[in-house]
Amino acid sequence: MTEDTLLEVRNLTLDIPAGGGTLHAVRGIDFDLKRGETLSIVGESGSGKSLTSLALMGLLGNSIKRSADVMRFDDIDLLTASRKTMRSLRGNRMAMIFQEPMTSLNPAYTIGDQLMEALLLHRRVGRAKARERAVELLEKVGITSAGSRLGQYPHQLSGGLRQRVMIAMALMCEPDLLIADEPTTALDVTIQAQILRLLVELTREMNMAMILITHDLGVVARVADKVAVMYAGELVETGPARPVFARPSHPYTRGLLRCIPQPGKTARGADLGTIPGIVPSLIGDVTGCAFRTRCAHAQPTCRKQIPVRGEVPHQFRCVHADGAISAERETA
Amino acid sequence: MLPFILKRLGLALLVAFTVSFISFSLLFLSGDPAAALAGETASGEDIEAIRTLYGFDRPMMVQYGEWLFSAVRGDFGESYYFKLPVASLITDRLQVTMLLGLCGITFALLTAVPLGVAAAIRPNSMIDRLALFLSVAGQALPSFWFGLILIVLFSIKFQILPPSGAESWRHFVMPTIVLGYYAMPAIMRLTRAGMLDVLNSDYIRTARAKGAGEGRVLFKHALRNAIIPVVSLAAVQMGFMLGGSIVVESVFALHGAGYLAWESIARNDLPTVQALILIFSMFYITFTFLADVLNAWLDPRMRSA
Ligand SMILES: Nc1ncnc2c1ncn2[C@@H]1O[C@H](COP(=O)(O)OP(=O)(O)O)[C@@H](O)[C@H]1O
Ligand SMILES: [Mg+2]
Repeated sequence: MTEDTLLEVRNLTLDIPAGGGTLHAVRGIDFDLKRGETLSIVGESGSGKSLTSLALMGLLGNSIKRSADVMRFDDIDLLTASRKTMRSLRGNRMAMIFQEPMTSLNPAYTIGDQLMEALLLHRRVGRAKARERAVELLEKVGITSAGSRLGQYPHQLSGGLRQRVMIAMALMCEPDLLIADEPTTALDVTIQAQILRLLVELTREMNMAMILITHDLGVVARVADKVAVMYAGELVETGPARPVFARPSHPYTRGLLRCIPQPGKTARGADLGTIPGIVPSLIGDVTGCAFRTRCAHAQPTCRKQIPVRGEVPHQFRCVHADGAISAERETA
Repeated sequence: MLPFILKRLGLALLVAFTVSFISFSLLFLSGDPAAALAGETASGEDIEAIRTLYGFDRPMMVQYGEWLFSAVRGDFGESYYFKLPVASLITDRLQVTMLLGLCGITFALLTAVPLGVAAAIRPNSMIDRLALFLSVAGQALPSFWFGLILIVLFSIKFQILPPSGAESWRHFVMPTIVLGYYAMPAIMRLTRAGMLDVLNSDYIRTARAKGAGEGRVLFKHALRNAIIPVVSLAAVQMGFMLGGSIVVESVFALHGAGYLAWESIARNDLPTVQALILIFSMFYITFTFLADVLNAWLDPRMRSA
């Protein structure tokens, strides 16, 4: 743990009471993040990415049980922080943008009111100053005639514009950490790239750390410093982006990588891989490797405790010492 | 916002015109007005004489125009039964009914909305159960029965409130509670459902993610959106209360317009019935118009509608 570590999470576990027992939605995950760094969490939907980010923000519902060995943001212990402390962090030092730009803005208030809100809540500034800042940020996220936009209502804007407004809103107080939970999933493909580029530029410019949640590994390869691959509530592989993409070690990571087209390598119209099977139920006791039901290299020992392999910082969990990569080469 | 208001105003006037025509034609739908006026024993000649005297022999549109022109100036003709100008007959009673209606809806809103919000914040809690109990009881309890219970309790046993009449504010306490309690269940459940729905929405999560406190989240971000259907409902109920407060007016011997309407229908006093229908409808149209304007202010998406 070095001085410029902004966020440290150890053994984060989230349990949700469900019909037939407990849903172990997040099962002991570790990660950390330095100032200015971008961590990308990838995984299929339902793997626990959103819950993880809501847990960091202190926005989990009352029914969800959270536990961890360490959950620290800068010098604040998030496990013991009071509601008031959490409130003073949210929108101020840590901010979040969500997947659904169409429904994430309040239909009853103007863009201007909603933009200024965080600044007025956390800083001692007047409305005039807050307005100035709102205009500045709208311009920064690439919205033209920002001044007149302030008086508009969410329903008057397109999805792409709304997501830009959400980004501007999250940045009003210049947070140290920005959590972007699938910020482009709901948008048109052409706009997705623009929004991502914008996020990357802004985090660089403001030296802001970002947790970028996505299920699109193609995006991760371009923007992330670090990658955490999540499957069924666990991190199955973590590490700096370069080695993870160069030598994907967990069979699931390799499966995900086969699902993205590679410019120059994937022929137009060629079949993209998909990973057959579905995510197992996480209700009740879950032991062994959760991916074994879909893994081509599963064997009886996959039901047992799974060792952590690799060397810090690039690690993965698999019974196969090499993550079954040699076995995969043979069958290929 | 102004174009919206003008558009709605135009619509309201159109509806008002239609209603006025319908209430005028009641006169003819209910049979020959001259025969009704002349009474059962009258001869054919008497009826014809009355027909010319009251002008029933002229074309209907002419009569309608004349009637409407007078009505707009507050002249509704003469009551067949009281032989008095309908306008003077109605004014006092309308005041009683208006006052009762306003008190009733205010009471209903002031109890039902906070209760609905509290119930939505903690579903299945004690307060939610209490709210559910009150609303079920409110719907099961007939107004006249509830009114009588209150009279027995507060007028006879404790002797703190007068059982009948309309002379002071104390006369209005029990009628207000009975009338308001009748409107409460629907308002409460609509508030609760609206709040539950809104509190689960993405923009509430956004507000929390900004660091807004619970009070701000509830009242600034949630209630404004949740209250919109309640506004429309309250307008309908307010209109309903004016015409439908007959039971309450009878129980507490408040001589209001609801009671008068009931009497006049029974006596076939058509000019009075016509006037009351017209006035009740105008109030109803006004409330609906005001509710639309209020809703458009609350929710900008409605302004373009
Ligand atoms: N409030 C909740 N109540 C019950 N189950 C939930 C709740 N939120 C999420 N879950 C469940 O937890 C799992 C992880 O959800 P989530 O974190 O949203 O996944 P992701 O963001 O990776 O798609 C899913 O199985 C989901 O159904
Ligand atoms: Mg999600």
